[in-house]
Amino acid sequence: PALAGKLGLGREALPEEVAAWDVAVLPDGTGLRPGSGDVATGDEVFAEKCASCHGEFAEGLDSWPVLAGGGGTLTDRRPVKTVGSYWPYLSTVWDYVHRSMPFGAAQTLSVDETYAITAFLLYSNGLVDEDFVLSDENFREVELPNAVGFYPDDRPQTEYPLFSGEPCMSDCRRPVAITKRAVELNVTPQDPDGRPAGTLPPLSEAAALPADP
Amino acid sequence: MSDEPIARTSRRDFLRSTALAGAGLVAGSATAGAAGPDPKIVEVQDWASSFGDPVDATPYGMPIRFESHVVRRNVEWLTESPVSSINFTPIHALEGTITPQGCAFERHHSGAIELSKADYRLMINGLVDTPLVFTFEDLLRFPRSVTTAFCECAANGGMEWAGAQLEGCQYTQGMIHNMEYTGVPLRLLLEEAGVKPEGKWVYAEGADASSNGRSLPLDKALDDVMVAFFANGEALRKEHGYPVRLVVPGWEGNIWVKWLRRLGVYDQAVESREETSKYTDLMPDGRARKWTWVMDAKSVITSPSPQVPIRHGKGPLVISGLAWSGNGRITRVDVSLDGGVNWQSARLSGLALPKALTRFHLDIDWNGEELLLQSRAVDETGYVQPTKDQLREIRGLNNVYHNNGIQTWWVKADGEVENVEVA
Repeated sequence: PALAGKLGLGREALPEEVAAWDVAVLPDGTGLRPGSGDVATGDEVFAEKCASCHGEFAEGLDSWPVLAGGGGTLTDRRPVKTVGSYWPYLSTVWDYVHRSMPFGAAQTLSVDETYAITAFLLYSNGLVDEDFVLSDENFREVELPNAVGFYPDDRPQTEYPLFSGEPCMSDCRRPVAITKRAVELNVTPQDPDGRPAGTLPPLSEAAALPADP
Repeated sequence: MSDEPIARTSRRDFLRSTALAGAGLVAGSATAGAAGPDPKIVEVQDWASSFGDPVDATPYGMPIRFESHVVRRNVEWLTESPVSSINFTPIHALEGTITPQGCAFERHHSGAIELSKADYRLMINGLVDTPLVFTFEDLLRFPRSVTTAFCECAANGGMEWAGAQLEGCQYTQGMIHNMEYTGVPLRLLLEEAGVKPEGKWVYAEGADASSNGRSLPLDKALDDVMVAFFANGEALRKEHGYPVRLVVPGWEGNIWVKWLRRLGVYDQAVESREETSKYTDLMPDGRARKWTWVMDAKSVITSPSPQVPIRHGKGPLVISGLAWSGNGRITRVDVSLDGGVNWQSARLSGLALPKALTRFHLDIDWNGEELLLQSRAVDETGYVQPTKDQLREIRGLNNVYHNNGIQTWWVKADGEVENVEVA
């Protein structure tokens, strides 16, 4: 049932509270805070706070995310999706780093540090020179290479018509052959007996019961 | 579909025909005679004589130890860190549609945080008449609604895009749970703040370090999105967003923001990390779909499956499975025993609620031959669950998300079951 009006619950948020929690930056620059940072400063901050996972050149260590490189690989068999090769907007870099990195110690970067790291990531991706200074003033001028690489969900046009309608029930296709088997990869966690972990225990009386805890 | 078995004949006829088909073939079948009196019957067992546990033994109970295999499982190599990772619901061992919360899958980006109701705050700001702060106590005073919905990770089955990889439907389809939620329609909270005409998008973010911010178009936010406090009758579990999460029926799990702390109203999408770098779906031309919110019709046979081999021999066999669609109700599930050459309709057992898990069953008389089991869901829009090859033909191999292709199980003559692909 529709309410007759507002319930009068909650209280007005104070500007300081909104400023503390609404740190989102939108693609058009909405939400950016005044500040700046250059590539060299970003390099230093990155070395101190980021490189232990992401590598000195943002190339990624071990299996930690790669932040730079991969340009032109999006149609490869194994694409390398990075800030430079895949991400559409610089706003997302600033916003995500500022809010959620470093991993395990998020929200410890200042506004200027975040500008500097963002400048360094642009440099690591070969998108600016080493003397580049990023600020709230020139932020909107930066366009990432894959800015036009995305389009809204088109399944209603490209898939739903193909997959709708009365399906075949009998003699639908030629007899089938097995082409792939997961057991050949053998990468699933296993129970002690070698079966996939979590396999239902046999119910025969001889079956061992789990130990009394 | 009714709950009736689709038996051609009476149950008695069915059992008789089964017995005839199996006569002389199956040792240990239901109709075989006993070798002698069963001591479990003719001897008095302890539990029939002495006491069991008192009522104050377990104020909040756990499953009996014999069910210790029915737990969440992790696959370590899938992610680089266990706090930005996934585990899997044991759907192979469950029945019906409601997922027990204690074994319902988890997906975090900075771990499962502990946030008390006392510390909890929810902010609404942006393009609203009055930016608001709510305490948990405030939220408990709004009119409530109830909805049952599946939460399926966008990446469910994503490891299987390139081929059969993991062994068991827990691993290949288990990034999913289905609960009965109680909470407040998001619409009521937005109305309390008053959305301005230029407000077109709602950005929801969590209180955790990852924040998991996602943009929702206002239409969806005002339709059926819920700010939920209760799941399956009790408070949300810590790992599922205690004390408040977003419930977004039919849409990919990532947008079900947990530990919800802020709803920002904007004139455009934020295009956050979780809707640009992640949860965008790379296509063969090198471009990518974004905003692929809905989870399409899908199903899987949960038994038999690689973790549920057939150990009882020939004869009556229950084929059980789950079907679901983010586009509405499941209207039918077809099952094939021969890899998709021929199909028969299963029965839907229980309710087929919109955007919720739906149970199907098909009872067969297994003659011990190999089977290639498949299930194929149909939803109320007329959409028929596609094969993996049909999806790959359009999307290629690097979509990562939204794999709702038909699953094949190879049931071998010894009753063991494998995850396979067929062509």
